[in-house]
Amino acid sequence: MAHILADRVTIEFPLYHVGARSLKKRLMAASRLREDDSNRIVVAALRELSFAVAPGERVALVGHNGAGKTTLLRTLAGVYEPVGGRLEVAGSIGSLIDPSAGMDADSTGRENIILRGLFRGMPEEECTAMAAEVGAFSGLGEFLDVPVRTYSAGMAVRLAFAVATLMAPQILLMDEWFLAGDADFMARARERLEALVQGADILVLATHDMSIVRQWCTRAIRLGGGRIEADGPVEEILGAA
Amino acid sequence: MLPQTSPDAAPLYVRDAGDPRRRERALDDLSTGFRRWRLAASLARLDIRNRYRGSVLGPFWLTLSTAIMVTGLGLLYSTLFKLPLVSYMPFLAVSLLVWNTVNQIVGDACTSLIQSEGIIRQMPLPYTVHALRCVFRNIIIAAHNLPLIIVVFAICGVLPGPAALLAIPGLLLITLNAFAAAILLGMICARFRDIGQIVASAMQFFFFLSPVLWKPELLGTRQAWLPLNPFFVLIETVRGPLLGTGPSALIWACAILYTAAACGMALAFFIRFRGRIAFWV
Repeated sequence: MAHILADRVTIEFPLYHVGARSLKKRLMAASRLREDDSNRIVVAALRELSFAVAPGERVALVGHNGAGKTTLLRTLAGVYEPVGGRLEVAGSIGSLIDPSAGMDADSTGRENIILRGLFRGMPEEECTAMAAEVGAFSGLGEFLDVPVRTYSAGMAVRLAFAVATLMAPQILLMDEWFLAGDADFMARARERLEALVQGADILVLATHDMSIVRQWCTRAIRLGGGRIEADGPVEEILGAA
Repeated sequence: MLPQTSPDAAPLYVRDAGDPRRRERALDDLSTGFRRWRLAASLARLDIRNRYRGSVLGPFWLTLSTAIMVTGLGLLYSTLFKLPLVSYMPFLAVSLLVWNTVNQIVGDACTSLIQSEGIIRQMPLPYTVHALRCVFRNIIIAAHNLPLIIVVFAICGVLPGPAALLAIPGLLLITLNAFAAAILLGMICARFRDIGQIVASAMQFFFFLSPVLWKPELLGTRQAWLPLNPFFVLIETVRGPLLGTGPSALIWACAILYTAAACGMALAFFIRFRGRIAFWV
């Protein structure tokens, strides 16, 4: 069964390129080398987060900018390794974190769809099949064979959305970018997302949009300064509608 | 909707900072990465296409500039060294091409991870894929230079015998080193951004120090020291067989030794610091 188990998960971003730690300075100030580890400038992005998500739960991550929502999503996706604590994630993961991840601006829409398939480790025939289906859903028509560089922002979102949502993961990690797009497309997008959310065992959604949270989620975790400030049913965390 | 899930998304993964299992995870990264060589090859093809987008000659510009270099330097140095042009020219062509390839590989290896930053921070892909991408890219570019060697050999009337096939293990050794460099330099340069500049100047230093323009025989008795230069050894494993002056057993032994050292060092670094890469880029 799909589940997520986090036990005092900590993520710290070292600030390497702000001047304090360039090798040049290290070589020049070699006498300070031993103090180095304790003197390292780090930003604590997530501080000892402990929570468990059971199958069927729809979790919203809420909180101010910089609270650690996206970092937590990326950590769950396996991008960042915790520097402290233990994280256990069971189940196939689908992440809708960055729409343009792995997109190549000089390639056409179709080539990008196939590339995304390869990123996911699909065999080439499946990628081609995916290109047909994504092309139909995105409604890009003849623009599918034009380099993505020439797309309008709305068209880029359509393509990204169509590519990213063509999966059936057990754990769905979602950032709020997917709410962009024109009204006509949004209606279809909403439908697709709802199907995706319903098909997944677990949803973890980072958003500022409280109406989405109330509509989709059963549980909310409020993050602040990298810590869990509150965790419970949506009504309890957000207050009654 | 296509029923598919990523085969790489292990049904269960555990990240425990108290028990990182670094070796296991690094080896797993390597084996998954190599199994996904298709992705790396596609990305490398895209890199080449994008780099030379709109250019008429594309990667053949490099061939052309090397051709001009070979002609110019060939005429000058055959006079300076008092060598017959037909014997110096094939030597110079092979030397310059192999050196250029090695030089490009080293330069590119420094950015193998930094330039994939966008992907590394968004999706959990084996880092091996990024290193392979860098290796494939350089193989494609190097392959564009083959016609030049054939032309020079034809003009100078050099016909390599079957012993020239020994250049293939030499090229394999260079490829192995390229992969090790892409991992090792890629990681070090992601962490310390100054290293790229240091490496660039070191390579220039080694260009003059290695027998690329000059023949190793010119050193006289001091030739004995040459095998200490890993660039000379690696170049010689390709150049020797092609020019019919098969490299000695000592050269082969050194080449294998240096390659093993490079791979060992890269593996050790990869095992120890793999988990930090996402924070470095």
